[in-house]
Amino acid sequence: MSVFTALLSRDLKLALRQSADSLTVIAFFAIATVLFPFGVGPEAEVLSRIAAGVVWVAALLAALLSLDRVFTVDFEDGTLDQLLLNGQSMTLVVLAKVIAHWLTTGVPLIIMSPVLAVTLQLPAEGYGTLVLALLLGTPTVSLVGALGAALVLGARRGGVLLSLLVLPLYIPVLIFGTAAVEAALTGMPSAPMLSILGGFALIAVTLCPFGTAAALRQAAE
Amino acid sequence: MVFTQLHFSVAAGGAIVLRGPNGSGKTTLLRLMAGLARPVTGQLKWSGAALEDSDAHGKHLRFIGHLDAIKPAFTVRENLTFWRDFWNTGDASRVVDAMEAFGLAALADFPARLLSAGQRHRLALARLIASPAPLWLLDEPANALDDRSLNALTRTIADHRAKGGMVILASHGADLVSGGTTLALDKFTPTEVMQWDET
Repeated sequence: MSVFTALLSRDLKLALRQSADSLTVIAFFAIATVLFPFGVGPEAEVLSRIAAGVVWVAALLAALLSLDRVFTVDFEDGTLDQLLLNGQSMTLVVLAKVIAHWLTTGVPLIIMSPVLAVTLQLPAEGYGTLVLALLLGTPTVSLVGALGAALVLGARRGGVLLSLLVLPLYIPVLIFGTAAVEAALTGMPSAPMLSILGGFALIAVTLCPFGTAAALRQAAE
Repeated sequence: MVFTQLHFSVAAGGAIVLRGPNGSGKTTLLRLMAGLARPVTGQLKWSGAALEDSDAHGKHLRFIGHLDAIKPAFTVRENLTFWRDFWNTGDASRVVDAMEAFGLAALADFPARLLSAGQRHRLALARLIASPAPLWLLDEPANALDDRSLNALTRTIADHRAKGGMVILASHGADLVSGGTTLALDKFTPTEVMQWDET
């Protein structure tokens, strides 16, 4: 486990030292969300209809912005070669990287989301579900995103390629994430949607790290 | 294809120096031995058993390549401590030994972004001491080193071999090992260029 704990704490420490990276992602999330009231007008009725969807889409785009960097820096400075020689398991390395990514971008996005939902006039009943849906959905975003980031590693214009590769895969998370909030607003049970989001996360956590590990090994060759 | 018909082994305490012009495959061979690349044909053996699992092979070796894997935001000490914790071999005090061996002790709490090219390379080499492993694969380890650091490296390699460690290094210039085998890679360059058979 030394591989996992050492790498996780290193990545968190690095994120703290270079906090500008995480702050950019949060600032992007805030600005992208706040653009909507200007675009569609301040009517509470319209905004509250689209609030959940806007927060989710902005969160996905913000996450994508950070995914580009998950492996690139390590790839360019030779750290990836050393990580591949960990002697235990590359899957542990990938899990540490993904969890660090989730903690440094997913969690701040979740914490910011209720504040931004206020600017979009989300009715009070929706907040709890929105946070819960993001809590269950963002791990999938990090896991699938890391797989995409590993696949485009070393490619020219990898960032653009990454969004083309990964954004379509986020559609199911987006659908059920917004549907959960929708259900809470109309007084329907949101548990089924949340369970499906949790199911996605479980599938992603069992499959993505292996694929990501294989893609990283390929990128180093 | 870079080389063919190549067959060699290294015993405990042994050393191999890879020589050859640019492009003769020194780096490729080192990466093959590290398990970072796969050979088209042929196989690698560790203690007589063919290597199947490249994940597990990592614990046998330290690879120091052209890229130094240093995080500029961390201090010299933090960089070394991370790799020691990551591989988790040797005790924590070896980080200090490693910095002393390569003359980095005075720079311990300096951010790595302030280091010169030579100092960065020494920091990369210090990983060999901070977290020991039996096989060292060194790609042009003498690059950017001054005379004092070269002596330190020569001494470190000799100590490692005296304890039964193995060293395989690619080198152009200075002799860093005594009594090692030299492997001239240009002799193994394929003579016939492989051609596609259209039929």
